[in-house]
Amino acid sequence: MGRDRTLPTVWAALVVLLAAGPFLPQWALSFVSVALYLGIVVLGMALLMRTGLVSFGQGLYYCLGAYAAGTLDHFYRISDLLLMAIAGALLAALVALVLGLLLAKYRDIFFAMLSLAFSMILYGLLVKTSVLGSTDGFGLSVKTFAGVVLGRHWVRYAIYAFAAVIAAVCAAAMHRYLDSHLGRLAGAVRDNELRVEYMGASVHRVIHLNYVIAAALAGVGGALMAATIGHVDPETTANWTTSGEFVFIAIFSGTGSVLAPFLGASIFEAVRTFALERFPNTWQMALGVTMLLVIMFLPGGLWSMFRLSRRGA
Amino acid sequence: MIDGILYASWMFIIAVGLTLIYGVMKILNVAHGSLYALGAYTAAAFAGSWLGHGHAPVGSYGVLLVAGLVVGLIAGPLIERGLLRFMYGREEIVLVLVTYALFLILEDFTKLLFGVDPILVAAPYALLGNLQLGHLVYPVYSFVLVAVSILAGAALALVLKRTRQGKMLRAVIHDREMSMALGINVSRVYLVTFTAGAMLAALGGAITAPTTSVQPGIGAEVIVLAFAIVVVGGLGSLGGAALGALIVGLVRSAAVHYRPEVELFSVYVVMALVLIVRPKGLFAAPEARKI
Repeated sequence: MGRDRTLPTVWAALVVLLAAGPFLPQWALSFVSVALYLGIVVLGMALLMRTGLVSFGQGLYYCLGAYAAGTLDHFYRISDLLLMAIAGALLAALVALVLGLLLAKYRDIFFAMLSLAFSMILYGLLVKTSVLGSTDGFGLSVKTFAGVVLGRHWVRYAIYAFAAVIAAVCAAAMHRYLDSHLGRLAGAVRDNELRVEYMGASVHRVIHLNYVIAAALAGVGGALMAATIGHVDPETTANWTTSGEFVFIAIFSGTGSVLAPFLGASIFEAVRTFALERFPNTWQMALGVTMLLVIMFLPGGLWSMFRLSRRGA
Repeated sequence: MIDGILYASWMFIIAVGLTLIYGVMKILNVAHGSLYALGAYTAAAFAGSWLGHGHAPVGSYGVLLVAGLVVGLIAGPLIERGLLRFMYGREEIVLVLVTYALFLILEDFTKLLFGVDPILVAAPYALLGNLQLGHLVYPVYSFVLVAVSILAGAALALVLKRTRQGKMLRAVIHDREMSMALGINVSRVYLVTFTAGAMLAALGGAITAPTTSVQPGIGAEVIVLAFAIVVVGGLGSLGGAALGALIVGLVRSAAVHYRPEVELFSVYVVMALVLIVRPKGLFAAPEARKI
């Protein structure tokens, strides 16, 4: 397949995004930010899927990240974007570290169900916690980045640029990781756990580690979401339908490359924006049909189309 | 306590269909929630128009039941023959995703068919009046729900234990390939199972319709609860579904009674705890692996 062009593509995309930012209208900035943070979450999902696990509860970490960012601003008056993202990732990773001890023993639908249960527990808690705004959630705003006060005009661009940098760094790091010894074990675990154990590696630890990584990514994604939207609530973060959306994007984009989640998320967001405006009542139906088609005809996701066409050439 | 049992019997009807389908076909059917919603909508719409035309309100019970069963009878085979048939043999998790896609499709289909406004048909509910138990007052309709659910459960158990069809079905659960070799038409068993499960889901929706306002999103709500129940009871076990429904029902009503703020969350805590202690559910020891 020739040389691996993934990393140069990532950095080139980052440069283009950063350079184009100041000239883009507001709506485009928001749009790209959304695609980026969704892509970051799905990047983690894709890692889990490579390991052979589908989580129906990734919303848990997305929600934790978002609420971590939200509480920082709302209760501690810390409106720093960098701190928000770090807090989101740390909180998610910590929780995942604990839950992962349990979850790493589960496979298939039991993994999916237990992760769903944890996510719904958080949902149930948040809905009833009036300090955190119950079902309505609460608003937040970003004012500084690493201590530098951002002008009104620059806040959007700062969030956008920061999301782009994080996305690029995560994608590049993930690419390296997947190519490393540990990363390659992921696929091996999916294919045959027993053999992995025979070779002296710990399946449990591989799964646990990948689970924590995926959670941290979802946490960052959630924090970026909170910063972009300026509002957090349980329904759009911890409820299982949100986790389902992540599953959808991950299936749709495929796990073939670290670029796939971002491509998938962009298309998803573009179609959603368009469809919600034109056909608000058939939008989920379109999603479902697409998903069925992908599962039936493109088991490797959207990304496998590139692979095929390249091999044909 | 009584609240818990009422709630449990309502959930049982839905969960038992889910567990039946899983037991036989190894499909964790996310679309079960939409079938429930579809049943609820159809029943509400038909019962509403029945009452609207000035027919006797007593007939609305029949309309509810028939509507639910017919929805299942139509949607079940359609889904099984049209879609799931092509997916057998894939991994379980892929099948979850397929039914999830189906869930998304059906959810919008329901919206298209019935609109997005809530439908309220309370007449069958109010008609039966209330019953005084001690110093508490319960609507009679709730007890009808319990009766229907017990009947459905008993009928299902009877069919599985006593009839030829049921025995064949259990053989398929036990060993699919062996029963195929023995001349059992497995694909027909699958069709029948899925249809039966769909009918149970739609029936569950239909009889719930009068007690609540039927609106978009009820499917998503119900399906995670049903998941919790079947997971608690052990996937694929009929007794497990009953026990799971009872546990979840009691826990929930206890939560509502004593600490209303933990209501929703308590159900999932139970689910997570059971999964942690007995990963395959309470009833999933190999010898209990029957429906």
